[in-house]
Amino acid sequence: MNAHYELPLEDAGYSFGFLDEYAKKEVRRCILKAIAIPGYQTPYASREMPMGRGFGTGGLQLTLSLIGADDTLKVIDQGSDDSVNAVNLRQFVQLTCPGVAVTEKTQEATLIQSRHRIPEKMLKEEQILVLQVPYPDALVVVEPSEARRKVMHGEADYSRLLVKLYEDVVRFDEITISHRYPTRINGHYVIDPSPIPRWDVPRLHQSPALVLLGAGREKKIYAVPPYTVAEPLVFDDIAFRVEDFRDANGKRIACRCCGSVVSFLDELIDDAGNVTHQCSDSSYCEEQQETISARKQA
Amino acid sequence: MSNKILSVRGLSRIHGEQCPLCISSTGPEHDTNMCPHCGSVVAAHDVNFDLYRGEILGIIGESGSGKSSTVKMLYFDEEPTAGSATFYDGDVQHDMFALNAAQQRSMRNKRFGMVYQNPHLGLNFQISAGGNIAERLLMSDLRHYEEIRTRAGDLLARTEVSRARMDKNPKTFSGGMQQRVQIAKALATQPPLLYLDEVTTGLDLSVQAAILDLILEIQHELGTAMIVVTHDLGVIRLLAGRTLVMKHGRVIESGLTDQILEDPQHAYTQRLVASAL
Repeated sequence: MNAHYELPLEDAGYSFGFLDEYAKKEVRRCILKAIAIPGYQTPYASREMPMGRGFGTGGLQLTLSLIGADDTLKVIDQGSDDSVNAVNLRQFVQLTCPGVAVTEKTQEATLIQSRHRIPEKMLKEEQILVLQVPYPDALVVVEPSEARRKVMHGEADYSRLLVKLYEDVVRFDEITISHRYPTRINGHYVIDPSPIPRWDVPRLHQSPALVLLGAGREKKIYAVPPYTVAEPLVFDDIAFRVEDFRDANGKRIACRCCGSVVSFLDELIDDAGNVTHQCSDSSYCEEQQETISARKQA
Repeated sequence: MSNKILSVRGLSRIHGEQCPLCISSTGPEHDTNMCPHCGSVVAAHDVNFDLYRGEILGIIGESGSGKSSTVKMLYFDEEPTAGSATFYDGDVQHDMFALNAAQQRSMRNKRFGMVYQNPHLGLNFQISAGGNIAERLLMSDLRHYEEIRTRAGDLLARTEVSRARMDKNPKTFSGGMQQRVQIAKALATQPPLLYLDEVTTGLDLSVQAAILDLILEIQHELGTAMIVVTHDLGVIRLLAGRTLVMKHGRVIESGLTDQILEDPQHAYTQRLVASAL
């Protein structure tokens, strides 16, 4: 992506993308391995970043390793372009990658770094989605030993995860996992798809865009390559269900801003205790509003 | 086709550094299984036997005689230092100790069942009784929730645990009931071979009798071959058709259970039978 770049040694104390070229090369090599083995958690030498672990250092290292001067970056946090985390990460990339364009529009971006959401708009083949991951291993909830988890992954033994789902159905009549839904990639490895809501899990399936997941603290990279099978772990007779956002009368709740009834909604409670809903993906919501106002003017 | 299900030859397990004198300086004639030269413990040495379909083989001996070690090796809990075991699964013969770790785990999960003396080793007390059985069924690739429920309920009913308690945590069950849940779990994948390691130890006599009856019923009904490890002659008398007597890691006597109980040949077996009677 950045073949003709020269280190700005006279201008700055660090190279383009903050990480040195060798570090970026090592991360890119791990990305290639992660793509070659869909869903496999590839270990990598996660660097110290000038921000605390847990603030997206894994995703940021992926972004900085991939980004070039001709890229357009979009950073979102829980669907929003304006949250503190998203703004800080975007500013950091702008600071350390001079010349890189940033955008809030999903379709304009070549590289999207996200925390907890996949954009509502269908991604394209030319795009790469980077997800920040706190806990990369879906088996950690049933097996504390990493050595044993590796064996379980190798043998695709996910029976204990399925027992957890079984117990959920016994106790609550449905699977209660709201986010980090265990998802099987390419028929073998089960991944923790980062804390995206269940709504976003079907978007991983046969996604035209490359999805990369990076865990900085846990030092793991894994990937869902384009057009790969991604199936949430379920029973044959209990279908996977996403959030349906229905009110007490069974009617689909609409976004208070754009009126959308097909997007993932955030619940907002004001000081008076009134509950309203709004699109979680702010870029999508604004675009919908622009379309509506353009239609009205026409 | 042979009716054999398991063939064990020269099975040995020595803990610690071994020296050339380990075997010759231990055993019943030396009244120890600890080598006086290097301190190694000969847990089992040169254990040989065949097991046939639907047969119950008893292994009896005092604590430290090597009976549990033998079963642990055959269940891949421990690695033998020497010997071989062949498992006859239909028309396929498996050299058990030549299999890789993944194949051994698969065999252990799908073709063998194990009931431990301590239910904490065999059951997961974080989940329900039904969940414990579901785990075994899910391991064998069953993914249909309702079918799993039905089969788990049937297995619990078969082992005389009420279906109403299926969704309760087994830590709220009595000791006997926990053993019955363990047996149900071990039978979930309908294994052709079941290991029972001191299953009635620590239970009161009436519960012991119920568990032993259940094991016999299962054997008659499903034709499951079993290896029963115990130090209780009563259990052997009731369950086993053939018996191995072990002492200090060696098999000192083997044969039909009636023969061993009525006409014991080895001095230790004679003392064992005399003390029990």
